[in-house]
Amino acid sequence: MSSQDIPEENLPAERDHAHGAVGVADEKNPFADPGLPPHEHRIQDIDERAAKRSERAVAFLFTLSMLATVGFIASYVAIPHDKSVFIFPLGHISALNFALGMTLGAALFCIGAGAVHWARTLMSDVEIADERHPISAEPEVKAKVMADFRDGARESALGRRKLIRNTMFGALALFPLSGVVLLRDLGPLPEDKLRHTLWAKGKLLVNMNTNEPLRPSDVAVGSLTFAKPEGLEEHDHEFQTEIAKAALMIVRIQPDNIKDKRELEWSHEGIVAYSKICTHVGCPISLYEQQTHHVLCPCHQSTFDLSDGARVIFGPAGHALPQLRIGVNDEGYLEALGDFEEPVGPAFWERG
Amino acid sequence: MAALVVLLLALACTGGLYAAFAPASKAQADETAQSLAIDEGKKLYAVGCASCHGTGGQGSSDGPSLVGVGAAAVDFQVSTGRMPAATSQTVQVPEKPTIYSQAQIDQLAAYIASLGAGPSVPTEAQYGPEGADIAKGGDLFRTNCAQCHNFTGKGGALTRGKYAPSLEGVDPKHIYEAMQTGPQNMPSFPDTTLSEQNKKDIIAYLDAVNSSDSESPGGLELGGLGPVSEGLFGWIFGLGGLIAVAVWVAARTAKARKS
Amino acid sequence: MSNKDDRRKAPAGERVADWADGRLGIYSLAKANMRKIFPDHWSFMLGEICLYSFIIIILTGVYLTLFFHPSMNEVEYHGSYVPLQGQLMSEAFNSTMHISFDVRGGLLIRQIHHWAAVIFLAGMFVHMMRVFFTGAFRKPREINWLFGFLLFVLGMFTGFTGYSLPDDLLSGTGVRFTQGAILSVPIVGTYISMFLFGGEFPGGDFVARFYSIHILLLPGIMLGLVVGHLILVFYHKHTQFAGPGRTNKNVVGMPLLPVYMAKAGGFFFLVFGAIAAISGIASINPIWVLGPYRPDQVSTGAQPDWYMGFAEGLIRAMPGWEINIWGHTLVMGVFVPLVLFGVFLGMIAVYPFIESWVTGDKREHHILDRPRNAPTRTAFGVAWVTGYMIMLIGGGNDIFATHFHLSINAVTWFVRIGFFAGPVIAFVVTKRICLGLQRRDKEKVLHGRETGTIKRLPHGEFIEVHEPLSQEALYTLTSHEQYAPAEIGPTVDENGVERKVKRGEKVRVKLSKAYYGEESQIPKPTVEEYKEITSGHGHH
Repeated sequence: MSSQDIPEENLPAERDHAHGAVGVADEKNPFADPGLPPHEHRIQDIDERAAKRSERAVAFLFTLSMLATVGFIASYVAIPHDKSVFIFPLGHISALNFALGMTLGAALFCIGAGAVHWARTLMSDVEIADERHPISAEPEVKAKVMADFRDGARESALGRRKLIRNTMFGALALFPLSGVVLLRDLGPLPEDKLRHTLWAKGKLLVNMNTNEPLRPSDVAVGSLTFAKPEGLEEHDHEFQTEIAKAALMIVRIQPDNIKDKRELEWSHEGIVAYSKICTHVGCPISLYEQQTHHVLCPCHQSTFDLSDGARVIFGPAGHALPQLRIGVNDEGYLEALGDFEEPVGPAFWERG
Repeated sequence: MAALVVLLLALACTGGLYAAFAPASKAQADETAQSLAIDEGKKLYAVGCASCHGTGGQGSSDGPSLVGVGAAAVDFQVSTGRMPAATSQTVQVPEKPTIYSQAQIDQLAAYIASLGAGPSVPTEAQYGPEGADIAKGGDLFRTNCAQCHNFTGKGGALTRGKYAPSLEGVDPKHIYEAMQTGPQNMPSFPDTTLSEQNKKDIIAYLDAVNSSDSESPGGLELGGLGPVSEGLFGWIFGLGGLIAVAVWVAARTAKARKS
Repeated sequence: MSNKDDRRKAPAGERVADWADGRLGIYSLAKANMRKIFPDHWSFMLGEICLYSFIIIILTGVYLTLFFHPSMNEVEYHGSYVPLQGQLMSEAFNSTMHISFDVRGGLLIRQIHHWAAVIFLAGMFVHMMRVFFTGAFRKPREINWLFGFLLFVLGMFTGFTGYSLPDDLLSGTGVRFTQGAILSVPIVGTYISMFLFGGEFPGGDFVARFYSIHILLLPGIMLGLVVGHLILVFYHKHTQFAGPGRTNKNVVGMPLLPVYMAKAGGFFFLVFGAIAAISGIASINPIWVLGPYRPDQVSTGAQPDWYMGFAEGLIRAMPGWEINIWGHTLVMGVFVPLVLFGVFLGMIAVYPFIESWVTGDKREHHILDRPRNAPTRTAFGVAWVTGYMIMLIGGGNDIFATHFHLSINAVTWFVRIGFFAGPVIAFVVTKRICLGLQRRDKEKVLHGRETGTIKRLPHGEFIEVHEPLSQEALYTLTSHEQYAPAEIGPTVDENGVERKVKRGEKVRVKLSKAYYGEESQIPKPTVEEYKEITSGHGHH
């Protein structure tokens, strides 16, 4: 919309000082508020052809929106929901999702763009000033309210009849307790639930991947194996809750490289079993570096040294990973020699 | 008649002789090829590897012993260009273009395998897609691999600058070998704890979700990194775009001026 | 139609309006609001982005509830996504898979819902910062500031509960983290955890419980707050930037009908359209690659959505610390970040009250400050944002480590130090920049605008011609108010009796000096200074 094709006589008279130009009107106080600047016309205000062009642009956008909605319905009907297309640079994507998103986006965006273009070019752009009024009430109003309140309070006799007042407050204060009591059955009391897992003396260590009990010979130095207690199956009702505590991480370290005496005692020929649940906030920690024997938590980067009693060497965890004492049963399978001696997972107030 | 008998006898003898000798000579030939490969491998080893891993593969302060690592480890390390490593060791030896041909790698592998028994190079039947259960592979991947390599194998951070590399575009054979041998700080997943079938399933899963043909139904994958890249995208293109639109909505329309 | 009919019957629209007016009093309502004036500025539309994305979230959310099953019963997956077929998963995950793959357009609606949530929170953050840095929170808008703050916090938790509903491996890890954080609360932690999860983690209840919190409780409160927020915006009338004709007693702009009806209404469609297009282009929360939740599985790069990234950063940066005493454990390593999370956010919420206490200003303020003209406030705000951003980096420290080839431990240490040093540096630097800008404004007022024209004087000196500013520009640059620092009044009253100066008053005077002392603002040019210079040596 260049200004060349505007008829000369339609242009506004040149102003003495355009916005931001030189000149101070008020000699006495040059910083005084000069008031709203005079309104300047837009091209559309003075050139009907420009206004027509704007009108056509708005109508075009609205029409485009209609077409896009038709396109949306057509895509919904025509494109199979499992059809995949390659669109650079998006990759192999769902044709239906892409088509629906683009058509819906276009349909909505064009309505908005049309309305805004209409407002910007064709509706009046004369700035109007609206007066503000103080929010606080006038003193008379306040006085009236206060008087009314005093009347009401006096008539209620709340201040005089203290017995009524006090018993009412008592009743109002007590009744919400029913609501609180009703929440009691949201869950059981903690008791010692967080202290026990499914592990017990004689429970075999079952390989998570193959669902077979592990033998010492299965676990090589430098390898990483995850295990669950014998008898716990994925289909079990309590599987999620039990595995959240019982998940085990098994590695084998050359006995010479184990620095912690108790760790060595509780291991079997260098095979050590640690809780897979981080002692920080309970993520399954298992980023095991077989050369450094460090294990890192992917959630908050607590790092434990599995060759040194799984003590914390970095990050926000507060204590070492619990170790499970293991041995070998008569048939040559790895078994637990009891439950964990301390609660697994995040620390809590009663942990001690 | 006698001539016929002689002929038959002669034929029988030849056949018998062939039967008696031919396989043996083939075996002999194989053995020779094998020892030739080992010899060639030894030469290559002496030039490219011995300075760190010792002349007999016994290891030194600069490199671990290679006795018993097996052909699979050699194939993985050399084919992915990790070995030979640059002399200026950083925290982790990165992947880079290999400098050996497959034949040379096989010779090196044969030599190292001769030092002590270890996992051999897997065959296509082991890592190929036939008979693999993709969904089971996904479950196994999330149990054993995702903690370091991310949900779909985009890689992730380890301690002190180490990292689990992205698995994008990695040869299935190398993935198999890595699981079996545990290169660098990666733990190994021997067949006793992650069976051959398990490994096959994992590779099939990766092929389904982390190849150039993998589908991302929702659109741009944003690196497959999760909420961090989603948040950045939402801020920059989502909110950023909307603010640009807001600037247009609120801006003054051009005024008519005499030029 | 005859004239007689015309007189007897008003047009249909008017008759409907009459009917409604007789029952609702709409004419009085319309009288006050139909031509309500709204000033034009792009930053005044940030709140609209939030409002519209909130509406979009509600619309798409209702659609999603038609298909989502908030249940943790385990089922086997038999939908169309091959890499999960036969896997065990909760019904919540299964139904989300169903929405994503087997309901036509379901994936789009899911993605619109989630992208709109990300943008909603980001919009609220930026909107809040706009209000903060322009001082729009001052009287009479403090309550609306609190409404907005509450909306931001509730938005975070609504987002978090929604993110947890599909019960996928990523969000489940986030829920586990929340449960671990709850356990760290002294004395009642284990009880809250047991009651929230209906027993031990994860149990079989949390999806259903989070569901009613996500779709009913929190959005219900938010809806009320949004309505209250908007009523107050209408009631207070919008703030405006200083400029010719714009005073504290008026508001200059365009009327609601028709201009803002079209602009604001149109902007709703623009926002919706843009988010729909983004949802057609970019994937968000692809739960099918994340897999169903199992408490013994995890993926690296486990992060919450961005708005919880700040909390994630706090928890990642905190060093491990547990205090064992009298058979009890105080899990400081988790509890301290939990408390800091509330304190850090709360700081920005109570700021308006602190500032009004320091200034002692009881007047209404409808003219916005330019950030440079309130250097201490601006510096505090930038320091706060810096702390927030550093924690956001901390929340993604593993992604930053891998993508910038850094050690994750180094990134964590950077965040640990940066959390304390960053805001201090940001405060000092911002204040200096503000003062510099104030000086430049003063220069401009007194000596005019640099024109870029170089003139050679008769004696050979080159000077740049400065053009005096128009009165409009002079007014805009000088209309802001400057507070004088408070003083402790005479410590002896007129009778010679010593007056005890309260501790609070001393603090207030000290703060006031820090805010408005010589170090903290450049006195704005006076008319006398201006006249002296302009009459002295003309156009120079």
